[in-house]
Amino acid sequence: MTPKVSLRGVTKSFGANTVLRNLSLDVANGEVVSLIGASGSGKTTLLRCVNLLEQIDDGAVLLDGDEISAIGLDPNPVRRRVGIVFQSFNLFPHMSVARNITLALTKVLGQSPADAAAQAGDLLRRFGLAEKADVYPDQLSGGQQQRVAIIRALAMRPEVLLLDEITSALDPELVGEVLDVVRELKGSGITLLIATHEMAFAREISDRVCFLHTGTVAEIGTPSQVFSNPQDERTQQFLRRVMN
Amino acid sequence: MKQRSLRVRLIAFGAVAMLGLAACGGTDDTASSECPTISESTLTIGTGNPAYEPWVVGDAPESKEGFEAAVAYAVAAELGYNDDQVVWVRTGFDEAIQPGAKNFDFNLQQYSITEERKATVSFSDPYYSTNQALVAFADSPVANATSVSELKGLKFGAQAGTTSLEFITSVIQPDAEPFAYDDNAGAKAALEAKQIDAIVVDLPTALYISAVEIEGSKVVGQFPASDVAPGDDFGMVFDLDNPLAACVNTALAALAGNGKLAEIENEWLAAYTGAPVISLD
Amino acid sequence: MARGLHRRTGHQPRLTTRQEHERRQRRRSSFIAAASTFVVLVAVVVLVPRMPRWDRVKQSFFDVDQMRDSFPRLIDAFWLDVKIFAWTTPAIFGLALLIALARNSRSPALFPVRMLAAAYTDVMRGVPVILWIYLVGFGVPGLGIARPFNSPLLWGSVALAMTYSGYVAEVFRAGIDSVHESQRAAARSLGLSSTQTMRHVVLPQAIRRVVPPLLNDLVSLQKDVALVSLIGPIEILRQAGIDKSKFANFTPYVVAALIFLSVTIPLTRLTDYLWHRERRRTSGTRVAP
Repeated sequence: MTPKVSLRGVTKSFGANTVLRNLSLDVANGEVVSLIGASGSGKTTLLRCVNLLEQIDDGAVLLDGDEISAIGLDPNPVRRRVGIVFQSFNLFPHMSVARNITLALTKVLGQSPADAAAQAGDLLRRFGLAEKADVYPDQLSGGQQQRVAIIRALAMRPEVLLLDEITSALDPELVGEVLDVVRELKGSGITLLIATHEMAFAREISDRVCFLHTGTVAEIGTPSQVFSNPQDERTQQFLRRVMN
Repeated sequence: MKQRSLRVRLIAFGAVAMLGLAACGGTDDTASSECPTISESTLTIGTGNPAYEPWVVGDAPESKEGFEAAVAYAVAAELGYNDDQVVWVRTGFDEAIQPGAKNFDFNLQQYSITEERKATVSFSDPYYSTNQALVAFADSPVANATSVSELKGLKFGAQAGTTSLEFITSVIQPDAEPFAYDDNAGAKAALEAKQIDAIVVDLPTALYISAVEIEGSKVVGQFPASDVAPGDDFGMVFDLDNPLAACVNTALAALAGNGKLAEIENEWLAAYTGAPVISLD
Repeated sequence: MARGLHRRTGHQPRLTTRQEHERRQRRRSSFIAAASTFVVLVAVVVLVPRMPRWDRVKQSFFDVDQMRDSFPRLIDAFWLDVKIFAWTTPAIFGLALLIALARNSRSPALFPVRMLAAAYTDVMRGVPVILWIYLVGFGVPGLGIARPFNSPLLWGSVALAMTYSGYVAEVFRAGIDSVHESQRAAARSLGLSSTQTMRHVVLPQAIRRVVPPLLNDLVSLQKDVALVSLIGPIEILRQAGIDKSKFANFTPYVVAALIFLSVTIPLTRLTDYLWHRERRRTSGTRVAP
């Protein structure tokens, strides 16, 4: 089976700082893979290389076996198939919640405003935010904003969804409602790549967990393998620090 | 205005004090207390910046060349000043006729004597009389116009604050509002750019423009003096109620009487007096 | 809180200590403000007329008959200023936006465009507006353009649009730069193109942020419109000058000033209001003084 997303020998530097070193990772279609690791280990950069927000220096990124990272290729078709949710939500503050969701539907997918609005309405209802459709982002709580951000990405019906530490900027009591949304996504056929600090959640939801250390995959395996029985010294160190 | 003249006075005083000491033995019939000047033993005369022909040649009034320059020196001589006792200052056209003390004894820049201006400045008797005239391009449809009624459709331009502009708005009364400029240079530029069809200025200036300055232009005609629009009498501008004006009038009368004034007119303006008449109806 | 008392007892609610203090403060400052204003007004009204040449000044600058006489002519001429302002403003915004976008373009292929735009803003802002008015207002028509396309109104307005777009482009640029990169990241991640991102996400936020400096430039423009008078058209400043020469009185200038103020003051008040509204929305609660 061709992996859904594949990184082969990917290297990425920012100036003198090499963030990803010859990193390779395969993610199967419909799989949920969590990326854990210390800050600066390359989790965010890895995700941003998958949807081409960053251009890799070396190696290749493949989607369904096709190389998408070649220089000069139009990134937009990729971005229609790969969605991303950011740590700081990044909702458009000058648009209502509904408009945030329908903007790309109308401009990128060419849907009619009515269809787009209907789809947005359905998604908002599904995730319990129906009455917030005409509200502006600055009037929502952090958890609500992040849920809207997820819905905005989902509305495009991506095949792959990248979640970049989506609960790190939230108050603890709001984390739960966001994680609930992610739980719902699992099993819907969408491939999920989740960078997270929430170890319990990673353990609960992932098919595999990938531990990143200074830009390489130090260890990868099922949650029980990585969390209960880490093989690599660095993984053990990290988990010790994080779990206490 | 007052500040500036005070400073000028102080500087002039200092200079003249030294001059006065050095010039012991100079002419004795310089200004007496009945014909006061702003600085002793010097006649300070104002004119435009630049000063146009044929009134001043080469923007250099000290050369005594040009009608107004020549008249100024003739008057100075009558008042008892040598050529080297005459000092020139430059002012804007509008500036000199503002209320307030002046930095010159008198100013000549083709100022027409009008009742309104007499409220703020004093004038000498006229030293020249002329009419308003029209300058347009020789290939313009109105190049041979003979009456004001033919001119209604034109776009006019003139210097702001002059009797010329007033003439356009109250006598010609064209359909389109005229354009106004800070100085005649602006009006000339506009004519050359064909933004306006015609300029109104005094006759000698008009003849000079058409002869020398704007190629392809001509003086279409001059507007005769009438009750509605008296011709222009040029007078020298003085500070309000300046007693020097009376002295200058005496000088002018003398120059007119002994033919000197006519001589100067003949020398500098003979070429600039002939033009067909455009009737005012 | 003290407010609860109101519902239960029906009396006036008692104020907290802070509210009491602030109310006393307010009363005291209002009193001081009123008293000092009163003193200044009295001083002006009583002392100024006693100055030696007040009568002359009053006659020269505040002649009521002259005001009545000049006013209709000046209002008429002011209409031209308003028209010039009305058609120059959209031109400025359009041109400035193009320049700002050109300067902010990121593609390496557009380097010459970026350079041109930078040169444009440098040159336009580096030369006094008056010079541009003369150079463009007389110079361009002087090349031989036929009427009505050589009109000084047209080319004077072009000169104004050129210079002001240089300034406004910089304002737009500042606004665009102030929109966080993450907004672009989010938009592009959704599949929006560069153009779509700029148009739907970045520009609306950018423009909202720079409304106060933009309005500032507009207030400035409203007055610089009078410069078109240098190349012929008789707008309010020129008309005031003509009246001044004709009647040997400066009152027309005072009237012109008042007419200008009647338009610029509302605009500056509006700018302040929008500024405060934007601050309230984006800057969070204010710290105690």
